[in-house]
Amino acid sequence: MKANLVPLLLGAAMGVAATSASAGTLDDVKAKGFIQCGVSQGLPGFSNPDAQGNWTGLDVDVCRAVAAAVFGDASKVKYSPLNAKERFTALQSGEIDMLSRNTTWTASRDSSLGLNFAGVTYYDGQGFMVRKSLGVAGALELSGASVCTQTGTTTELNVADYFRSNNMPYEIVAFEKADEVVKAYDAGRCDVFTTDASGLYAERLKLTNPGDHIVLPEIISKEPLGPVVRHGDDQWFDVVKWSLFAMVNAEELGITQANVEEMKGSDNPEIKRLLGVDGAFGEGLGLSNDWVVNIVKGVGNYGEAFDRNVGPDTPLGIARGLNALWSKGGIQYAPPVR
Amino acid sequence: MITMAQSSVFQIRTEDAPKLPAPVSTSGAVGWMRQNLFSSIGNTVLTLIGLYLAWLLLAPLVQFALIDAVWTGEDRQACLAPEGSGEHVGACWAFVRAYFPQFIYGRYPAEEVWRVNIVYALFALLLIPLAIPKVPFKRLNAALFLVVFPIVAYFLLTGLVVGGEVVLPIVETRIWGGLLVTLVIAVTGITASLPLGILLALGRRSQLPIVKMFSVIFIEFWRGVPLITVLFMSSVMLPLFLPDGMTFDRLLRVLIGVTLFSAAYMAEVVRGGLQAIPKGQYEGAMALGLGFWQMMRLIILPQALKMVIPGIVNTFIGLFKDTTLVLIVGMFDLLGQIQSAFSDPTWATPVTGHTGYLFASMIFFTFCFGMSRYSIYMENLLHTGHKR
Repeated sequence: MKANLVPLLLGAAMGVAATSASAGTLDDVKAKGFIQCGVSQGLPGFSNPDAQGNWTGLDVDVCRAVAAAVFGDASKVKYSPLNAKERFTALQSGEIDMLSRNTTWTASRDSSLGLNFAGVTYYDGQGFMVRKSLGVAGALELSGASVCTQTGTTTELNVADYFRSNNMPYEIVAFEKADEVVKAYDAGRCDVFTTDASGLYAERLKLTNPGDHIVLPEIISKEPLGPVVRHGDDQWFDVVKWSLFAMVNAEELGITQANVEEMKGSDNPEIKRLLGVDGAFGEGLGLSNDWVVNIVKGVGNYGEAFDRNVGPDTPLGIARGLNALWSKGGIQYAPPVR
Repeated sequence: MITMAQSSVFQIRTEDAPKLPAPVSTSGAVGWMRQNLFSSIGNTVLTLIGLYLAWLLLAPLVQFALIDAVWTGEDRQACLAPEGSGEHVGACWAFVRAYFPQFIYGRYPAEEVWRVNIVYALFALLLIPLAIPKVPFKRLNAALFLVVFPIVAYFLLTGLVVGGEVVLPIVETRIWGGLLVTLVIAVTGITASLPLGILLALGRRSQLPIVKMFSVIFIEFWRGVPLITVLFMSSVMLPLFLPDGMTFDRLLRVLIGVTLFSAAYMAEVVRGGLQAIPKGQYEGAMALGLGFWQMMRLIILPQALKMVIPGIVNTFIGLFKDTTLVLIVGMFDLLGQIQSAFSDPTWATPVTGHTGYLFASMIFFTFCFGMSRYSIYMENLLHTGHKR
């Protein structure tokens, strides 16, 4: 989520020259028969290969949803595990068709890097983890705490901003590697462990007694993570964007993997439009009209994907929080299909 | 005076007295220890300190890797100490067991893994007789290993399509991983860099100015940049310079980078050997009427290469370990594959990481130590009287 700026800028300078308009990514994808999707090299719950080598995760499900929309088959995806440095080059050079790799939507990436963010799959942000025995209920009670973090990341700067603006003394204990930070926190070198909230839940599994630790409710930075496509291919941008919106809309309308077939017979005009019973919204995107049916059948709605990959019943156990639907107290919101 | 009666008491020994065993203090385990470990007060102190240090290091390792280890289990629960019990759990070998196929084959499709197994088997079958001096048919063996094996392995690993008919399904290199990638890179790098390095070394000592200049520039260029830069350039920058849609296979890019890089190092090692050959050898060869290539092949290189075996193997071992750097260009070698498995929430525990690294170090040690012992064996075998 944080990346070194220099390679990015360098990549951007080259990238602008290199990204010429090829024949439309959607046509290319249809011709080759699969989507090449850039994912992380292993982030639990988002994109992670399991022991059998199958990719799973929320980011992976976005790739699969797009494949379901285009081909009617969610399995027509090939994955390129990318590290933080090469992810944008891979997209710019056309090595991958879309990037779904816990990438934070920022102004510079959206504009000068020549990328388009197609939406937000997960509203992340920096959070704090503490021991339950500390008896702390909120981040504002952390005055005087020692904070374990990784060196040279924006997390370190965010902590400094947060504590200073709230007039709380603090002490930074910084380490080079993420694993060292966890070990230090586990060994009691510091009171607080901070990184992106989704990461906190993943790292908690590596602690000796995960049950003794809680993640505080405060989130001190905005890290909206979403799928990314190249600038200048509006049709493909629309396909990826609306595949994601379709998942959110499906959840809002109560359409699930299990009931999608019977929902086709629903009288609700919104459901009829979404599932392609009325109107030709799929054709407008260059897809078949039952594209949403395919997405929900193949991947499920947004809520199902969330619960399956990162939700309370998974080892990660992340609550919906900000990522609940707008109608349920969160901010996940999709424009209507009409 | 000695009388006859008295003299009969004397006797003349006609055979050697039976040999008594050496004193206990100088033979056997005790003697060896006395001589080597406790020969003086200073030595005794050093021995005791050494033993203490070894105990400090080895006892926890054995405790962790064997005694406290968890050998079987379905998921992370097996490798977790009961909550709040304060017990220590050792190495989580169940995790290595669950991930073992992935560590060896990467994400190579399970139904195609037999192809990798054949390649592994062929490799061993051809390499072992080649490495044992007594086994006959060396020429045939070498030809099979260096010419036939790479072709067969290439088609077995990547797949084969003849005229639109799929004989072996294509398996993209991006899903290769684990030991497979480590070995492919190391073996290709090692076998390709040695001849290239020899040529470059000869080129650098050549009388022909253009050949010499080319060799010097090549060697100095590749020695002047870190391997990470080479890999990074080949994977991140190269695609930007190529026309749209044209992509090189990533593994191929890495293979070329690693080979050229180690060829430059190899060239300098071989050049060291060439320089150590006395001038008389060159002159003698020329006096016999041998041409340049004959002289090199028959007189100079056999001596020079023999002398730099330690240096060559050193470069090989370095290359083998450098394969771990391909992780930064998104290829999963053995270490990368192991590290990526740490983040699997099904297995993430406090000891998963340690176990993975322990496993990686064991495999790397086996290979590197094997190479090193074999090089010593070859050195002794070829030792023909120039030493000491």
